[in-house]
Amino acid sequence: MAAMIEIKSLRKEFGSFVAVDGVSFNVARGEVLGFLGPNGAGKSTTMKMITGFLAPTSGTAVVCGHDILRDPMKVKAAIGYLPEGAPAYPEMTPWSFLNFIGQIRGFRGADLRRRVDEAVQKTSLDSHLYVPIESLSKGYKRRVGLAQAIIHNPEVLIMDEPTDGLDPNQKHEVRKLIGEMAKDKAIILSTHILEEVEAICTRAVIIAAGKVIADGTPAQLAARSDRHNNITLRVQSRTAGNFKDHVSSVSGVSEVLMVREHDGVATWRIVPKSGAALITQVGALARQNNWEVLEIRLEQGRLDEVFRDLTADATAKAGREN
Amino acid sequence: MGHTLTIVKRELASYFITPVAYVFIVIFLFLTGIFTFYLGSFFERGMADLTPFFVFHPWLYLFLIPAISMRLWSEERKQGTIELLMTLPIPMYAMVLGKFLAAWLFTAIALALTFPLWITVNYLGTPDNGVILAGYIGSFMLAGAYLAIGAFISSISKNQVISFVGSVVVCLLFILAGFPVVLEFVSGLAPQWLINTISQFSFLTNFESLTKGIIDGRFIVYVLSMIGCFLFANAVMVEMKKAD
Ligand SMILES: Nc1ncnc2c1ncn2[C@@H]1O[C@H](COP(=O)(O)OP(=O)(O)O)[C@@H](O)[C@H]1O
Ligand SMILES: [Mg+2]
Repeated sequence: MAAMIEIKSLRKEFGSFVAVDGVSFNVARGEVLGFLGPNGAGKSTTMKMITGFLAPTSGTAVVCGHDILRDPMKVKAAIGYLPEGAPAYPEMTPWSFLNFIGQIRGFRGADLRRRVDEAVQKTSLDSHLYVPIESLSKGYKRRVGLAQAIIHNPEVLIMDEPTDGLDPNQKHEVRKLIGEMAKDKAIILSTHILEEVEAICTRAVIIAAGKVIADGTPAQLAARSDRHNNITLRVQSRTAGNFKDHVSSVSGVSEVLMVREHDGVATWRIVPKSGAALITQVGALARQNNWEVLEIRLEQGRLDEVFRDLTADATAKAGREN
Repeated sequence: MGHTLTIVKRELASYFITPVAYVFIVIFLFLTGIFTFYLGSFFERGMADLTPFFVFHPWLYLFLIPAISMRLWSEERKQGTIELLMTLPIPMYAMVLGKFLAAWLFTAIALALTFPLWITVNYLGTPDNGVILAGYIGSFMLAGAYLAIGAFISSISKNQVISFVGSVVVCLLFILAGFPVVLEFVSGLAPQWLINTISQFSFLTNFESLTKGIIDGRFIVYVLSMIGCFLFANAVMVEMKKAD
């Protein structure tokens, strides 16, 4: 797959402060890239450089074959962009606003009408087309922002916190829409909601203090968690008095930890030595000893933990807290 | 050109969506009436012309034009729509020019709505309509110069009130630049060549000849180059300040 977005060592300084510090990654068609990072990590600044709002201090990006420095107009024409907070002219109605954006994007007459209709339909804006944007709810305002970003059916879609501040139903709607558009576009969306990344992103890039600190599929990143490959096991305590000794003696087990004991049920966590696969052995052991096992589960690792570990480190190192 | 036109249309429509435009026009007509008839002794002079009407425009515009121009860029930055606008495929000149032309067109509409005055003088006597036309052209040019200053100032601050006050002050300087009193006052403080240059740039000295019916090509050139300079500064300032 050819990369539709190539980000090459982007760097942005505000005075002596380095907001983005050599960010590089590529996004291919069909990818939905979750751009993660704590507040102040430099996500918005990176997006503003790709979309041509801010000039990079150094580095560049190539969008659909056009360099952002040499061909900003072509880049802007190729991108659909939803800035943070979905800004729109408050006194305009969604209908007049979308017509304005459509005209700026070069559509006229029947073509313009069709595109406005399509964007309205995709974002379910029909019922609120003729009220001033300032009187719309947050959810509808966000839809207006999305509609303007997709009106020209862009190949590249960049969204800065598209679901921020929405209620769970609205979040679901927006994610569904993004999912539907995903297959023939290259999409970057920033977020700090990790469940969102697992729900819609095919890939995640984590940045902290302006630097990329992780890049992979959500599953790959989760696998970097300490908990990855751990076994969680719930057992009736009275049937398994000797649990800890038995399990500890299995080769490949690094640690056996009691998580809690409640109502006669013990929850254990078994930490393997790196790479060891233990679940069949532990299962067999349970059968041999007639432990009454209520649940046994292989942990995939948790993205939020990985996120916290990685970003806390990097942020602390950079001496930067927001 | 297409982009500029699209911006002009959006901006102009925005004036009329909110009551602001109508309030502005009513105030403008009301004040021109007061100035012309009371302060300008329109009837008492017994002359069929519009001199008392035009003579007050530099002062009237001093407050009315910044009221229009203050929102041009300040509001765009405050609402964050500047990020939207500047990531659309529109060249900078189209944004700056489009916004300015829409505001100028709006003042032209307000000015055109003073036509009953023109009808009145024609009903009462036989004025020199050429002189009146020259006055209208001069007034329109003056409005353009104020607007360009106001557009530039509004790109400096997010705060509309600051934009308003700043524009009033700068426009006032351009008016005062022609007064002998002021020129004498600063003559000790600045080199003579600078003072001469400043007095050349005064709105008043330049505008007065127009109200007397002389369409001075130099005045038109002067205003257009001023508009050009301030709009250029406007674009530079927008580029510098957009992300703050
Ligand atoms: N225009 C600006 N001037 C100065 N500093 C800025 C500007 N924009 C952003 N920053 C700083 O750059 C850092 C990154 O900001 P941002 O990209 O908005 O982070 P994120 O979107 O990841 O929360 C922050 O510390 C922020 O304060
Ligand atoms: Mg941000």
